[in-house]
Formats: sequence, structure tokens, C-alpha cells
Amino acid sequence: MTRFLGRVRVMPRAGLLDPQGHAVEHALGALGFDTVSAVRVGRTLEIALEGESEQQVRSRLREMCERLVANPVTEDFTIDAVEAAT
Amino acid sequence: MKVAIVRFPGSNCDADALNAARAAGHEADYVWHRSTHLGGADVVILPGGFSYGDHLRPGAIARFSPVMSAVVAHAKAGGPLIGICNGFQILCEAHLLPGQLVRNAGLAFVCRPVTIRVESDATPFTARYTVGREVRMPVAHGDGRYVADEATLDRLEREHRVVFRYVGGNPNGSMRDIAGICSDEGNVVGIMPHPERAVEAILGSTDGTPLFAFAPVTAGVS
Repeated sequence: MTRFLGRVRVMPRAGLLDPQGHAVEHALGALGFDTVSAVRVGRTLEIALEGESEQQVRSRLREMCERLVANPVTEDFTIDAVEAAT
Repeated sequence: MKVAIVRFPGSNCDADALNAARAAGHEADYVWHRSTHLGGADVVILPGGFSYGDHLRPGAIARFSPVMSAVVAHAKAGGPLIGICNGFQILCEAHLLPGQLVRNAGLAFVCRPVTIRVESDATPFTARYTVGREVRMPVAHGDGRYVADEATLDRLEREHRVVFRYVGGNPNGSMRDIAGICSDEGNVVGIMPHPERAVEAILGSTDGTPLFAFAPVTAGVS
């Protein structure tokens, strides 16, 4: 078994109203960052886990996302997994 | 009837739900979320609050509590089950009801009385209301905006499963002004406003009282 670090990014589905993103967008505008045209707020989870291969770890992470980490009604997720430094 | 009020860590409307059920003449008791049975309850209430601190998403952790297997079995057997506020969020996360409740469009936590219209009397929780009746009761939530894809929303409307709708102002940006829905069998209901806080004149409204009659469905959708 090898130690991996999974990184899961969960974002509100494109097209769905993201009030947090809008609030940050307006605040950045108020601070003078006038080149900002859109902000969306999601979350990133770092999940340390053991597995036999990167492929197997990705499949486990996908299962975690589908069962708990993301809600398929409103969120999309992307998975990244790298072998952990020893 | 025998009523179980499920308490999760972070539930905070459990005592109000117990009070409302007992005031309606039922034998009501709490069931801790670690319990694997519901004590022979005829009716189950998932009360409002902030189960597990709303971590990850409201209701996302609570839906895996040990008691939820018994709650799902109760629902699948046709038993009356209602989720109020956080309870509604848990029912959606548990896939007992479609859709999801997300952050209010205005971001602010909204805590005030609202008016909702009863859209269906074909549930055990609305059989004592007349369809079209407008009732007053408070909302108190930060994540009450009901969302679902268009096909799901159309199906809910077609099957008369929108049970309550906000009128005269939508407090959270809920799609199609939805304040409450039910399962395809009608025995599982989710409602965002708080009927248990509207059962005594001193609370400002008694419009929630008929909901706690848990009356059998008679006429169907009128």
C-alpha cells in the first residue's frame, strides 16, 4: 500500500446562482480590482489515504464524492491524486 | 398517535416539535440519533436546527446517523415522516425527497414570519388544511433556497407534490417559490418554515396547529 494525497475540488454547478461568489465579486470591485468579471466560491478537500495505485485511489475518491463530499444536485467535483512524499 | 422526534447533535427545534405534538394530543417522545429503532412510532419528525454544525452541507452528515436506516424504512413502508427546516435538508440529502436546499439568495440568515399557501391536502400533514389557504408561520434559516433541475421541478408540479409555496415575498430565492414538497406517495413531507412555532396564540399564530393533527388523507388532491 502506498500513501496518497487526494485533492477534491467541489464547485457550484455552472449556471446556478452562487450568492457567495457574487458577494466576493462585489467586494473585490469595491477594493478597486476593477478587472474582475466573475467569482465563484467552492471548496477544496485534502484527503490523505492509502491505496494500491493512483487509479484505485482516484476511484475511491470518486466514490467518496458521490456518496458524501459533493451533492450531485448542485455541485460538480474534480479529483486530483498524487503519491504522498515520504 | 405515537410520535418520534429525532434528535441529532445540533437539533434545536426538538422541544418545540415535542410541545406541538403533545398539544395536539399525541404521545410524543425523543429518539436519539444513535438509536437504531423509532420505538414503534406512527409518525416521525426530523426537527429544525443545525445538525453537526451544518458542516460540509446542512444535513449531509446527519443523513448517515444510525437512526436514519430506521427513518428510511419507516418512510418506505408508507409511514408519515416530516422534516422541518434542517429536517427538510436532511430528507433531501438522504434522497427521500428530490432537490437540495442551498444558501439563501441574499446570503443573510432570514428569521421572520412569512406567508405560505397550502397547495396540497393529499399528505398526512396537510389533510386538515384546505387547498389554497394562506397561513403565517416563521422561517429561520440561512440555507433555505430550494433548487432542483427543471425536469424535477416540472414533475413536482405535475404530480401536485409542491405542498407549500411562499406568497407575498420569497425569503430565500427558492425556485418556483417552493416552501415545502412531498414524496411521490405523499407520506414524506419537507417544509422550510416552522409550523411548530405557530401552535399557540401567544406565539403570534396558530396556523401550524392543523399540521400536527396527522390526519389520514381522505379526499386526495382536490
